[in-house]
Amino acid sequence: MEKNRYRLDFPQLQDKPLVYLDSAASALKPQVVIDAINHYYQDLSVNIHRGIYDEAYEATRLYEETREIVAKFINASPEEVIFTRGATSALNLVALSYGMNLTSEDEIITSELEHHSSVLPWQAIANKTKAKLVYVPLDSEGRITTESFKSVLSKKTKIVALTYVSNVMGYRTPLDEIIPLAHEIGAKVVVDAAQAAPHLKIDVRRLDVDFLAFSGHKMLGPTGVGVLYGKQELLNSMEPLELGGEMNEEVNKQHSVWKDSPYKFEAGTMPIASVIGLAKAVEYLTSAGIDTIEDYTKRIRNYAYQQLKKIEGIEIYNPTSDSSIIAFNIKNVHPHDAASYFAEKKVALRAGHHCAQLIIKWLGIEACLRASFYLYNTYEDADQLVQTAKAAVKFFRSVGFEG
Amino acid sequence: MEKLDNLYREIIMEHYKNPRNKGLVDDSSYISVHIKNPSCGDDITVQTKFENGHVKDCRHDGHGCSICCSSASVMSETVIDKSVEEAKIIADNYLLMVTNKPYDETIDLEEAAVYSGVRQFPARIKCASIAWQAFVETLKKGA
Repeated sequence: MEKNRYRLDFPQLQDKPLVYLDSAASALKPQVVIDAINHYYQDLSVNIHRGIYDEAYEATRLYEETREIVAKFINASPEEVIFTRGATSALNLVALSYGMNLTSEDEIITSELEHHSSVLPWQAIANKTKAKLVYVPLDSEGRITTESFKSVLSKKTKIVALTYVSNVMGYRTPLDEIIPLAHEIGAKVVVDAAQAAPHLKIDVRRLDVDFLAFSGHKMLGPTGVGVLYGKQELLNSMEPLELGGEMNEEVNKQHSVWKDSPYKFEAGTMPIASVIGLAKAVEYLTSAGIDTIEDYTKRIRNYAYQQLKKIEGIEIYNPTSDSSIIAFNIKNVHPHDAASYFAEKKVALRAGHHCAQLIIKWLGIEACLRASFYLYNTYEDADQLVQTAKAAVKFFRSVGFEG
Repeated sequence: MEKLDNLYREIIMEHYKNPRNKGLVDDSSYISVHIKNPSCGDDITVQTKFENGHVKDCRHDGHGCSICCSSASVMSETVIDKSVEEAKIIADNYLLMVTNKPYDETIDLEEAAVYSGVRQFPARIKCASIAWQAFVETLKKGA
């Protein structure tokens, strides 16, 4: 068995039994991230962009340095990186600001694979502006394909709002092909990269994506911070949603002037500690190598999948997943019943609809279990999942759940 | 596995597989309350018919896990033919019990007492509660 070289960096995995298979919901944090947050609160603890004393200078430096680190991580310019509360806030900002330019003549393309945070803001915009919300037909596996995307793309398409990697199925959207097609007819593409950022090398220039959002906490970073990338000219054209301190250049009684992007979108006191912690998460991922991590994580996922699929009574919904997610159920056992069993065995899974009710409905199920792997997981974790799944099937049949 | 055995008791499984009083009626003399737990998809509707200060009938329908569905069945059987007052005392005490709060242990919760095992599974308290909460809402609206 291959030795895990990351595990020692995660304090939570040191002294208690925990098979953590819910990283697609939130990843565990390495010590360097925790230390960075503590450093801010213990040694700095002050606001940024305002004070003229040393602590304020240092806090500002770390905060703005994070913007550069994140920009480099996704191959953007620092001015194109806006800090938000998370991917949700970032996607809402695009929809509620940029999306307000839509009219009843326009169409928005999205999909049933979306997380609620990718589809609901556009659903609201469609309802407000009377633009039409159009869904890419998914193929038999539940994938977005270039062909199916073409079938809904039209001259009326103004926005394409799609996930990069599905948080339930783990499918990767063929953005390399979809984005140029959307641009040919002048549509803007908004990508939810919350599941992609922890697993894939993201290059916004190569993708030529217009907007892209992700969360810190899914990529080893703190909660409460996320990123919106937007092309400079688009960000400049957008109105901020939150008005207040620090986002303005000049304030008059009847009319005020905003700062340039990204600052006009960062009103009030930002989650400074979380932003500073995010820099360390990005550095950790970069030094480990995103491709190396993904290669390792997928091997564990596939190792688990190969065994899981042999268990009678286990139903797997994404055999061909491109990412490290297994979506499954024990036949005739509600996932919440099943998840309690796994939890008793210290195997942490997600059960429910994963904030993606449309794909759950598409699958024709009420809910499902999701095991998601990340760099700190081991082959032993995969074994534990498989053993527990076997025992769970046996347990539920023994208490009377039908097979 | 003692805790799990204590959760998936025979009575619970029996009601899960053979739910009593399941299926809604199209009758305006019933008070209807629908509760959904959006995080897990549990979705229960309870209909209660009150007559002369008593629970004349109680129906339920919906979907969810075994704990959620069985508790709706047990609830309906427990409250039918009770006076409104008795039913309310049982419901209130049941809800205190499953949420691990002090409750009056002298009250006979009948078969519903088997849900005491839920206390060891904080994540499942909601499952065991929603049918009873819906019943309490029907009491507030109609009794």
